[in-house]
Parts: sequence; C-alpha cells; structure tokens
Amino acid sequence: MKDPLDLGAVRSLSAFEVVGAILEPGERLLASFLSDLDSSRRFRESLLALTDRRLLAFDNVGDRQVTHAFSLVDVSSLTAQDRGGMGTLEASGAEGLLLRWHYTLARASGAAGFLEAFDALRSGRHMDPQGFVSSGNDVEIPEAIQPDAPPRVGTLFRLLRFARPHASWLVLGLVLSLATTAAGLIPPLLTWPMVDDILSPYQEQVKVAREDPTIGEVAKEARLEAMQDKAAEPFAVVPWYLLGMLGSALAAWGLAWGQGWVLARLSERISADLRNTTYAHVHSLSLDYFTAKRTGDLVSRISSDSDRICYFLSDTLTDFTADSLMIIGTATMLFYMDPVLAAATLCTFPLVAWFTYATRSRLTEGFARGYRAWDEMTSILADTIPGVRVVKAFAQEKREVERFKAVNRRIVAANDRVNRVWTFFWPMIAMLNQIGLVVAWGFGAWRVYEQQITVGILTAFLAYIARFYTRLESMTRMAGSTQRAAASAQRIFEVLDRSPSVPEPAQPVHPGRITGDVELRNISFRFGNRLIIDDVNLAIRPGEMVGVVGPTGAGKSTLLNLLCRFYDVSEGSILVDGKDIRSFPVVEHRHNIGLVLQDPFLFYGTIADNIAYGRPHASRSEVVQAARAARAHEFILQLPEGYDSIVGERGQTLSGGERQRISIARALLIDPRVLILDEATSSVDTQTEIQIQEALDNLVRGRTTIAIAHRLSTLRNADRIVVLDRGRIVQTGSHDVLLASEGLYRDLYQAQAQSHQDQDGQPDSAESGPVQSQGIRGDGVHG
Amino acid sequence: MDERNECTDEPTLGLDGFGRLVLQRPGADSVAGIVPVRCFPFTAPNERISLCDEQGREVHCIPDLAKTGDQTRELIQRELARREFVPCILKINGITPDSEPTSWDVETDRGHTRFLLTSEDHVRRIQDRGVLITASDGVRFLVADRHQLDGQSRKLLRRYL
Repeated sequence: MKDPLDLGAVRSLSAFEVVGAILEPGERLLASFLSDLDSSRRFRESLLALTDRRLLAFDNVGDRQVTHAFSLVDVSSLTAQDRGGMGTLEASGAEGLLLRWHYTLARASGAAGFLEAFDALRSGRHMDPQGFVSSGNDVEIPEAIQPDAPPRVGTLFRLLRFARPHASWLVLGLVLSLATTAAGLIPPLLTWPMVDDILSPYQEQVKVAREDPTIGEVAKEARLEAMQDKAAEPFAVVPWYLLGMLGSALAAWGLAWGQGWVLARLSERISADLRNTTYAHVHSLSLDYFTAKRTGDLVSRISSDSDRICYFLSDTLTDFTADSLMIIGTATMLFYMDPVLAAATLCTFPLVAWFTYATRSRLTEGFARGYRAWDEMTSILADTIPGVRVVKAFAQEKREVERFKAVNRRIVAANDRVNRVWTFFWPMIAMLNQIGLVVAWGFGAWRVYEQQITVGILTAFLAYIARFYTRLESMTRMAGSTQRAAASAQRIFEVLDRSPSVPEPAQPVHPGRITGDVELRNISFRFGNRLIIDDVNLAIRPGEMVGVVGPTGAGKSTLLNLLCRFYDVSEGSILVDGKDIRSFPVVEHRHNIGLVLQDPFLFYGTIADNIAYGRPHASRSEVVQAARAARAHEFILQLPEGYDSIVGERGQTLSGGERQRISIARALLIDPRVLILDEATSSVDTQTEIQIQEALDNLVRGRTTIAIAHRLSTLRNADRIVVLDRGRIVQTGSHDVLLASEGLYRDLYQAQAQSHQDQDGQPDSAESGPVQSQGIRGDGVHG
Repeated sequence: MDERNECTDEPTLGLDGFGRLVLQRPGADSVAGIVPVRCFPFTAPNERISLCDEQGREVHCIPDLAKTGDQTRELIQRELARREFVPCILKINGITPDSEPTSWDVETDRGHTRFLLTSEDHVRRIQDRGVLITASDGVRFLVADRHQLDGQSRKLLRRYL
C-alpha cells in the first residue's frame, strides 16, 4: 500500500496521470484514494487526491475533470463511517460539511489509508518526503470464495497423489485387468478355426453329397456315412477347442475376481487416506474458516464425498479400466481379422464418443447442482438437530419440516433435471450400438459375398463386435458416476487447497515453559475491512489478573482470539516473555495457554477423558486432583459411573455449571502459565457462579490471567481492569479506582446495578465477526 | 483443603449397630453412614475409592484398595458389593424386534431376565472387550468380555457395537 512504485490506482491510469495536469507548480501529490462509487453513488471509479496544499476530488476518473478542490487550510477534519456495506468519507471545514464521498466496503482499507495520510499530514509528521499513498485497488478478500466452476474430470487425476503409496497394488491390479481382458479375447479366436477348418468344410461336403444327382439314394446314404467316419478325425480336435474356451472362461473369472478384489482394497485405502488427510487439514485451518463454513457442508465433504470417490475407484474405475482395455483389445482383433470390415463397422464409434462428450458437461452441471442442494439439506440437519430445544420451545416443528421439504424439493428438482438428460442418454447409446451391429452384419455379408473373408472370420468378428459395443455401452454408463466422482473430488480438493491463515514460523523459537509475561504492543486487527482492535497497548506482569470489560462489539473476544493466535494481528505484535508469539510454533504457544469458555464444550467420552483432554497421559490421581480443585469431584462421584461416565453428545447430561467446572479442571490439568477466561461464569446462576468462582480462584492463583467478564462483580479480584470501547482501551485501573472516576466503567456498573436482568444478557461472542455495532455507549450494556 | 482428602494413611473404619460404616477420624468427629464410591468403576475399579458421607461429600479417599489393610478392605468391599448392582450377562437368548426399542432376553449371573433398550447409544464399550448396557429403567448390565460369549450371543451383540 505504501510502496511508492505501486501507483496502480486506476487499472490503466495512474493517479498522477489523473491529477498531474491540475497540480500547481511545486504542489506535490501525497495520497490518492480510488473509490468505486461516484458522488451520485453509481458504480463508477472516482478519485480523491491529497496534495500538500489541497484536497481534490474527481467524480469521474475517465474524464479527469476535477469536481471539487479545497485548500487544506479550509479542511479541518476528514472522517470515515460505514454502514450497510457503503462507506462515506466526509471532509468538514469550520463552516460545516465540505465534501461527502462514497465507496463500497471493498475499498474500505483504501479509505483508511487515505485518512491516515491526511492525519499524518495534519500532525505534521509526514512519513517520507517522497512517500505516496495510493489506495483503492488493494482489495482484500480474507476468505476467497471459489466460483462454482463446473467440476472437471481432470481433478480425478489429482487423486493419484493418494495412490502413490499403494503403487504396487495398483500395478498388480492393472496387470490383472490386462490378463482378464486377454482371457476374454480368446474364445472367438477359437471359434474362427473351428468354423472355417472343421464345420464349414464338412457342411460343404455333406451338402455336395446330398445334392449329387449322379448317385442313388442308398449309395448316398452310404457315402454320407463314410464321410461321417472320415470326419471323425478332424472333429476329434473340437473337444480341445471347447476345452480352450472353457479354460479361458475359467481364467477370466478367476482373474476378474482377483482384479476386483485388488482394486476394491486399493480404493478403500485411498479413500481412507483422503478422509484422514482432509480431516487433518481441516484441523490445521484457522478459526475463521470454521466460522465461515457451514458445519453440514464440511461434514458432507469429508464423509459422503470421500465415499463417492471410493465407490468410483472401486467400482467404476475397475470397470472402466477393464472396459477400455477390452475395447482396445477387441478393436485390435477386429482390425487384425479384416481392417476394411473393422473400419466400416466402427463408423458409429466416433458418433458415440462425440455424443458422450456433448452430454457430459450437462450432466456435470446437473450433478453439481444436486450436490449443492444436498449440502443445504445436511446444513439444515446440522442446524436444527442440535437446536431442537429451541425448535420445540417455539413450536416451530412444522416450519422446520417445511424448510426441510423445500430443500428436498430442490434436490428432487435438480436430480429430475439431470435424470432427464441421463435417462435419454444411454438408450441413445444402445441404439447407436445396435446400428453399428446392423452395419457389421450387412458389411460382413457383402465381404463374404466378395470372397474377401470366410464365414468363420465373420462369426468371430461378430462375436468381437458384440463385445465391443457392450463394453462401450457400459463405459458410457460410467460417465455419470465419473462426473459425480469428479464433482466430489473437486469439493475435497477445495478444502485441501486452502492454506492455513495462521502460518507456522519458518524459524521457530521454542517458548518452553514461560513465566507469563504478556505484552500487547500497538496491536490492531482488521477483520475483512473492519478495524476491530485499534492500537491497543497493554503490558501484563507474570501472575497478574487483568479483567477486560466493555460493551458488546468492543473487541473483547477478538482480543482473546488474538492472544490464542486464532487470528494474527494486522499490525503491532503480541509478546510473551518478550518474544513475538508469531515466532512460536502455534501448538507450543497454545500449550502455554489455558482457555475457559463461556459455554464449555465436552466431547463424547468419559469425564476422565474430557478432563485430560489437554494432557491425555495424565495419571488418574492428577485428574482427580484437578477435578477437586475445580470443585467438580463431588458431583462426579454422584454419577453412577463416576469418572467413567460418558458425557458429551449422546452422553450423560450435565448442567451448565457442571460442564463449566469440568472445563476448569481441564484447564487446571495442563497447568498453563497464561489463563484466558471468556465469560466463564456468565451462563450460570448465582449459586453455581459461587462454586465456579471458587474453582476459578484455584485456577487463577499464580497465573497470568486475562478474564473477560460480563458480570463486573466477578472481576473484583482482578489486579487491573481494562475497559475497551470500539477496539480502543478507554480506561485502566482497579475496580475501586474506576468506580470512583467518571467514565464508561461506572456507566456499565451502574447500568448493571440498576437492571438485575443483566444475568441473562446476550453473550457477545459474535463480536469477532465483521459486525460492529455503532453508538452503543449508554445502551445495550452487555459487557 | 483440596489435598486434605487425598489421604495415604489408613482410615479407621468400623460398623455401628445399624450395620453402617463409620469412619473414625483423629481429632474430629467420626462420620457414620459412609458410602464408598469407586471413582473409576470400569477403568480402575480398585483404585481411588472415595468415602463419602450421607450428603455425598467426600471425607476420605483410598488411593488403592489392594494396599489397604485386610479388615478395611473387607469392610469396603462388602459395602460396595451391597450397593452395586451390575448383573453380568452370560448369554443373550434373543433381541426382538429388529428396530428400537428392543427387548433383550438374557441369562445373567443373577439369573434369567428381560430388559428394554431404548437406544443403541446406551450400549458402550468398556476397555477393550467389555460392554456396558444401560436398560431403559437405569439398570446396567455388564458383559465382562464379549469374546467369552457363545457364538449366538456374540452375533446378536455385534450389531450394537
């Protein structure tokens, strides 16, 4: 953004080109902001420019006409606001508003840069005499959304990466496929000599003898009998031919079995690897990926899509290999026997190939549409089944069923559409193949008539051509499942191709056991284009407890997310023991941090497993100790299976306070140096809060603690309280000091004291999202 | 106060006239009506036996039953045996119908019985080979080692694992 070489404010024009003409002698261009809206808020490129003397506005970049120009002496302030996706820059003078300029949020960071440059100029600390700020075209899209391009079969080749570890099995499978094909090609090859050398000549002789008018009936009989005796010798070979055919059939059966088994085994392993890799990769992605993705969508990508690929690999691909080998094999045989006849009969083949190709894209699109509808359905399930209590409480079962039905209708509609193409497709192929057969017969008869080929060749030929077309037909039927698999593979690779947005350091520094000294140095954080944390400075001594309060949307949860490195700061740095946390391996950094959330999550498993989640090899004695300190031991003993009770989804139901105490025990067990409490007591009643508070006191002791609290009363023990408002620290001090002085803290405290309803206040975990409420001071105190 | 209960010393246990367990504590009141509770009934049944009072508060904890004196161990084991009711399934005669809820007809170490299973989620594995089945009325049935069952029972059980 501040690179002086990067002047590309306008795609083809530079800011200098637009502004240059009207600059006065000696006037220097300092910053420009390319907006995507003009003054009447139509989509058109407009430009604001800041020189060392003037503020210039160009309503239309194209015609380079300056529409407004103000001397900087008259401009007292420049501010930006945004609402509903549109931002507004306002320049005011002593008399009032001078200029109002608009932009969409895609250009918000540009506006911020322009503002910064203006402020810098105002405060007289211009960064660099040569410096120039060009803003507007650095559009940041944190979660790039992939356009719905039709899935390509080529994606399937990327699966080869997963086949590599099983190369020997793959080779074995292919060899078996080849052998199966070869075995299948033998029988017609045996019928050919049988017809031509034995059957046809004999039949010819018999016919001649029968129709010979020169001999009488009795003599004819004798002669035929003699011929039969004589033919016994060549006919003796027939059983050998039959044996050969039987043998090849048996061999084909055995080989096909082996091939099927080998490839099925292979595909099962490939798809298991695929699932594992995808799941592991999903875990390496940062938190914002999960907030942006619907759970159902992810679940279906990992489960059904990998299954579809497995089916494709084991079933379709096996058949496909066998079929294509068979087609090549038969085609070779056909050309070997009679190239002219082969060329004539295979004339429908290009037609079939073209038709398949043409239909393919329509099928692909149709299948992809079906999957998207399917995702929507799984999303509804993932949404309503965990939320079933809300559904029931508001008696909205019917509505949910309707919602489900609507999506289901979409699935049916999408599938209907693709099925229409689909069902038309393969009978069409069958018909083309039949035509091919007719051509073969006709042309074959002609070739026999022309004495080019024998009947034996024609029989064998027809046997091959029938095989050819059956295989071709079955291959085209696979187009469907191939397209399905391609769509699935694409969806999986979409996940795999996403790189983690919290990068691991190239040269990691190992934090080891830290002392717990935490410093936030000039940190700012932007989510998308929103500035959520704005230049926060805070130094926390080892063992100190700092409470963070503030209204909803003040950036409290974001601060914690930054400390845990769920996101990285946009500017500034977070130092632990004097070292930037970005230099630590993410995992080692998090090992030093204990996190207790407002709504603790318990995994399906025993209580002991849940407590030992952060340290799976903790001894039973340690688990019990941690549970005791967290005031969880006794209620656990009341459960019929004690620490072996199953909790989590489908498990024993625990109250919110009980779950919270288990999560505190979990944090205690890893003995973190830095502890982060995110509204740990706000979802429970006062009685439970006391118990949790006791448990927390044990936890907090001797650790650096950063606690967000919704109930200010829970922060009485804090050494220091930091009041955040709109991403900035507005007050710092102890509870008593803050209460004594006028300010936001006292407002919040009084609001809570007056309203006893604050206990069921809204959790403000959503504030890490891009929505930041405006003008919240004084009302809606939840924080 | 948290480590107070983690006693390594031998508790002094006795029985009072009502047959209740009484814990004598040096320098404190004795506690009657002691209820021994296994912390890890399946994964480590004989370690960490918590001695609770009638209100369910822990007053003493025994780290390892095997390392306590014979008399104490016997008292605790008798009390545990009196309280625990987890019949062991020896043979599954049949499970009907095919869909939930299912009725199980089983032979246990406490005789023949039937119970109702409302959801297959109530069948859980214990360690490697054990299976715990919680009937709809809350009674728990244990299969100590499913490999020791006869073929038919194993086949019936396999559907739920």
